[in-house]
Formats: sequence, structure tokens, C-alpha cells
Amino acid sequence: MTLPYPKKKDPQKRTKVPTLPPGERSRAALGLAIAAARGRFALQSCAACGAVQYPPRDACRSCLSVEMSWHDTPAYGKLLAETRIHASPDPYFRERLPWRMGSVQLEAGPVIMAHLVGVSRGDRVTVELRLDRAGQGVMIARPMKRTEDMEDDPVLRAIGTHPKHRRILISDATQPVARPLIDALFAAGAAHVFAGVPELWRRPHGLSAIEGLENVSVMPLDVTDTQSLKEAASEIGGKVDILINTARHIRPGGVLGQDTTAARDEMEVNALGLMRLAQAFGPGMAGRTADGVNSSAALVTILSAHALSPDPGYGAFNASQAAARSIVQTLRAEFAPSGLRVAAVYTGPTEDEWHQPLPPPKVAPKALARAIVDGLDRGLEEVYCGDVARDLAERWAADPALLDREMMGGGA
Amino acid sequence: MSAPYDGVVLTCPVTVPYVRFSNETAHWWVARALRGTLDAAGLTPRQIDGLSVSSFTLFPDTPVGLTQHLGLTLRYLDSIPMGGASGVVAARRAARAVQAGDAEIVACVAGDANRIDSFRNLLNAFSRFSLDASYPYGFGGPNATFALIMDAYMAEYGATREDFGRIAVAQRANALRNPHAMMKKPLSLDDYLNARPISEPVSLFDCVMPCAGSEAFLVMSEDRARQLGLPFARLTGSIEAHNAFPDDPVQLRGGWAAEIDKLYAQAGCAPQDIDLLQTYDDYPVISMMQIEDLGFCAKGGAAEFVRSHDLTIDGDFPHNTSGGQLSVGQAGAAGGYLGIVEALRQVTGQAGPTQVPDARLAMVSGFGMVNYDRGVCSAVGILEGAS
Repeated sequence: MTLPYPKKKDPQKRTKVPTLPPGERSRAALGLAIAAARGRFALQSCAACGAVQYPPRDACRSCLSVEMSWHDTPAYGKLLAETRIHASPDPYFRERLPWRMGSVQLEAGPVIMAHLVGVSRGDRVTVELRLDRAGQGVMIARPMKRTEDMEDDPVLRAIGTHPKHRRILISDATQPVARPLIDALFAAGAAHVFAGVPELWRRPHGLSAIEGLENVSVMPLDVTDTQSLKEAASEIGGKVDILINTARHIRPGGVLGQDTTAARDEMEVNALGLMRLAQAFGPGMAGRTADGVNSSAALVTILSAHALSPDPGYGAFNASQAAARSIVQTLRAEFAPSGLRVAAVYTGPTEDEWHQPLPPPKVAPKALARAIVDGLDRGLEEVYCGDVARDLAERWAADPALLDREMMGGGA
Repeated sequence: MSAPYDGVVLTCPVTVPYVRFSNETAHWWVARALRGTLDAAGLTPRQIDGLSVSSFTLFPDTPVGLTQHLGLTLRYLDSIPMGGASGVVAARRAARAVQAGDAEIVACVAGDANRIDSFRNLLNAFSRFSLDASYPYGFGGPNATFALIMDAYMAEYGATREDFGRIAVAQRANALRNPHAMMKKPLSLDDYLNARPISEPVSLFDCVMPCAGSEAFLVMSEDRARQLGLPFARLTGSIEAHNAFPDDPVQLRGGWAAEIDKLYAQAGCAPQDIDLLQTYDDYPVISMMQIEDLGFCAKGGAAEFVRSHDLTIDGDFPHNTSGGQLSVGQAGAAGGYLGIVEALRQVTGQAGPTQVPDARLAMVSGFGMVNYDRGVCSAVGILEGAS
């Protein structure tokens, strides 16, 4: 299957109003969304007897223990039965009929229901947990091996954020990540890139790397300048399917020993800049999440993994990252009714002038670009790029208070 | 083996004719069925002391609210939230209550409203597992769930759509003799096979039509029924089973299979003694499973069974003589009473145009509540008309 590029829109036709798949879930079932947001396949299992459970529940079906926890689980199974649904009372699915689903016996034990992508009864399948438009974790049964155009399947296209045929705005294309990001997006099939450049008139560093590229429009855009955002949004707001916020201001140093000038700039760009971008482009994107093949899909922002727990050597910068992370969480709630995904790509120290004296491992721009596009390919909401970010995230998830102590230099 | 239901009878079957959509509430439908069964007995509401209710649409009330709403003073009150298994379960529990002296006369009633959009609203709040793990996958409702069961059943046992069609076609023929059936048009096997797909392999005539309606009967001592001069039936045996065979990956058998030998032993009869069978027919594949699990043929043999038997009222295996839910309609929880109320009419000689000649022994099977991927509740009863 190869997804054709959509025809030009008829401007006289009404843009389809976004509807969402059923989003109501029990508290226990939210664990599916947590795993799906990170691209993991996790199920509940019983701490007492080890029995793997599905659907998610509050007590073990084998021993009645209430000690249930989520663990990564082998994601293989056999497709037991399948159907193609032609009638549904749900408005979201009604617009997308027929819809294939089936039941899978997992090798881990439980029987699950799943959306079907390119598999039929009797097949051995891989099951993925993905976020759907309601922001909930859903099961996808797919062939054991991913195929190149698997993401073209209408089921995955409907729930995913794949860059193919989509038009992408990069908020600050002068950052080192911009050029490899543009290359990776086009390799994934992106249709067009709008490359925002702050203070374009003074030809900032990094401009030469993106000038003159095919299907790239360089345009003035400054996340600290509301007027510039307004002008950009009025020009291209109806065409931005994915917004990737690369704008970043970073200066080393803690809180003491300097005035608040650098910290103010960091807040302006990193936290308030994200807010302004969302205000300028968000409403337009939220209205276009059901707009055909190149519907709007995601707002992505890059965050330092130290947004979770600060490195005192970059204390002021990390405060802006924690603020930005908080804004991301609010944006998720605010965009939820539209189905627009808000993704955060967490990175450790990047390979650039501001982290120059730091020892490796550091994240190269190319690796960061790959992580962003991979997250879009798989519809992730939380991406951890590089060993430092992954390590921090794991320690934070295990015990945030302990991580805070360790960041302060304790626990050798 | 559980004790027989000596000295207790079922009587006064009543069906309040179904309508596709109605603005009336569940309270209204329950009241009408209750009044109907009491009128048939010549009793007033003050003369009953027990009530068993099944309804999905009483909210915010429960059967407790009905006692005040309907002015009933009771010493036995039961709520059976088991959908398609409700009728048999209500009967067997009421019979025990009467037998033990906890109540003298129990009115068993099921009814539901059906306003525009009621069905969608009912599905929306049906069960936690459905919300978490079934509806997000296309929201096909029970049609999709039973499509998976039908798909697996066809693959396992080689049943074809023609086989399922035979059940639907025979029931339509029965329904054409039932003035209360919602479906009035004849159905041919070609009509069945060419109907639009709903959730493959389920197509239009595999599905029931949601509607509003109610059903009721009374449970009392045999002595009381004789005093009142009422035709009655004995409950010679009954079973219920919930979440049976939980480790079957797909539901290819129901809880009936777990308990069926005990049922025949309790009732002192065998499958060949049964004059007519009322299965729970939310989908023909479930009727096929019941024909197998109730002992009328070997597992996997129902397709061959329906090919070699005539399932109409005048046939050699009268089945769902009212037309069943497939042709009468499904009035919510009343769908779980349709079979037992019709069976009671049959074995007491009151079935009128759908009467099976000389019907004495009827088997009624119930099945209900798709909590996630299968029906969880099953129940069976055998009714014997008094001679």
C-alpha cells in the first residue's frame, strides 16, 4: 500500500470537524496510555503470583492480590478471530468505516482485542501499544516484521503522527538540529518544511545550512515576538500539520553568581516561547486534526531531561525547562479535545558550544533529529534521546526524590 | 444434585407488545407487564409479596425505587442484572423463595425503554472492560464481539452462513404467526445471505432490533394456582453458570455445557423428551452453541443439526416459536424473558397462533452480558405443563 499525496483542498468545502474515538477509561487502564506514550508494550501483572492480566484491573484474576504493577511484556501472539466492522454508533468510527479489528491470544497469556494492520486469522502477530486520537493506549496487531509502508494503513494513519505528506514548521531552523531534522523529515516523506528564522534580516548563523533547499520555505519567525508569530500564522497557519519547536536559549550557570538576565532570556525563549507558539498555531492546528491525509497531527518540543531534575551547573536553564515541561502537560490537556498530540523529546547535554567542556556522552544533532522523526513515525508522546536522557528518566520514574539527591552530588 | 422445586409453579405469562421506539420509561413498561400478569391471575398489587425485576433503563432508580413508585409492599425483592439470562434466573430464585416460605407470590418482570439514542447510551456505560478494552476498537458493540465469536466458530467447526441463515429464516416463519412480532415480512435464505454486512461475518439478519417492551409471569405455590384456577407449569430443573470456562481463548461454548448433566438429572428427562426449545438468540451462532451445549447434538454438530431438522412451529424441532429476538425484537432485559414467557404459554396451551401441538416439556436457555469478549451469564430451565 502506498498512500497517494492528497489532492488540493477545495476551499469552499467545510473542514471536517474533528471527532474522537471513545476516550473514557478506568484508572487502571490509563497504564496502557503511559506505556503507549513511550512506545513500550507493557501489561499489568500480579506482584504476588506473576499472572499477566488483561483487561487492566484492580485485583488479580488468579489469586485476588491487589498488588498489580505494569511490566514490559513480550508482544507476540496469534490472531484468533477477525471482523470488518461496517456499522458503528460512534461518530469517530462511523466516519472511518469499514474498520478491522480482531482478538489475539498473547504468548504472555491474555486474550486482547486489537486494531488490525495487514494481518489475518491464524497469523502470528506482533502487538504494539499506540496512542489513539483520544490520547489513550490501544493495541495494534501487525505482521511480525514491520513493512516499509505499514504506516500508510488507514488505521495507523488515523491514530498516528507520521510525517509522510505532511507540512512541517520548524520554529528555529538556525539550531544545529535543524538541517539533519529537515533531511530526516524528507526521508520520512514530509511534503514541505517551513523553516522559521529569528532575526532573519541579520542573517544569523545556521541560515546557510538551510537556504536554497527544495521544498523548504525560509521565513522570519521569532518565538519571543508575538507580532512575528501572528504574521507567520496568518500566512501558513492553515498548512502546518506538524510543529516542531527547536527554539532554545541556553547559558551555563546556576542561580547564584549572576543576575537574572540569562534566566529571563531562557524563560522568554524556552517556556514563554513555547506558550506563544501554541497560542499562535495551536487553535488552527486543533481545527484541522481530521482534515484528510495531511491533517494536522502533532506539536513537538525539545526539552532537556533535566526538566525532570535539575543539574545545578545549568540551574537557570533547567528552571526554564521545568517550566516548559509543565506547559507541555497543560497543552496536552488543552489539545485533548481535538486529538492533536503534544510530544516532548527529552535530551541530555547536546554536542554544542554551550556544553563544550562537558564529558561525553553528548547528543549529536543528527541523533536528536532521528529521535524526533522516530517519535513522529510511531506517534509517541514522550521520547528520550540518548543515554543520559534515558538514564535520567528511568531513575526519575523509579524514585524522583532519590534522583534529586543524586543530582545534588550525594550517594557516591 | 440440588433439590427439586416441589410444590411451586409458574403461571400467568404476559408480553406487553414491543414497539421500536417509545418515549415511555422503564417504569411504565414494568407497570404494564405487572398489571397484565396480575390481571391474568385476578390479583391486586396488594396480594403479591415478592418482586423480581430486570431492567437496564430504570436509572436513577433501582428496583427499590419501584416499590414506592408502584406502591408495592414486599417481603422479597430481587434484582437480576443478567440480561439474557434474567428470566430463568428470576424464576429459579423466586421458586426457591416460595418453596422456602420467604414469599407467597413473586411477580417476575423485565422491561426496558427505548428512546432514540437509548441503545447507544446503554452501550456507552455497559461495563468497565468494554470501555477499556472493547469499544476503542471500532465500537462495533455486541455486533463486533459476536462477529469474532462467529468467525472463530465457523473456522473451528466448518459452519457456513447458510447454516446460521436456516435459524433466522425458520424464526421469521414462526414470527409471521405471532401478531406481536416486530418483523412482519417473510425472510428467505437469499434475503439472509444477501443482506448488508454489519460486522463480518455478522450481517443484518444475524442482529436483533432494539426496541421497548416488557414481559412478566408469577411464581406461587401449586395449591394457590389451583385455588385461583390458573393454568400453570412446574420448573422441573434449572441451572445457572457465570464466567464458566474463563480460559477458553474464544467463547465456543457457554456455561450451559458445564452444568447440563445436572440439569437433566434433576429434571429426570433427556434431550429427546423436550417438545420445544427456546434458546437465547441474540445471534444465530449463540443458538447453535446452545443446541450443542444443551445436548441436542455433539459439539460442533449444530450446523449439521440445523440442516437436518425443521426448526419451525410445525417442524420436528420447534425452536424459538415466538420468532425469538431475531424476529420479535429485543426489548432490553425483556429479551431475557422472551423465551421463558413463550415457553410458559406453550406448555400451558396458551400460545394461540404459535402453539406447538401437545407441547408439554419446554427447555428455555438464557445467555447474557457481554462484559468484555463473551457472554458471562448462562442459565437453563425446563418447564413442564401441568396435566
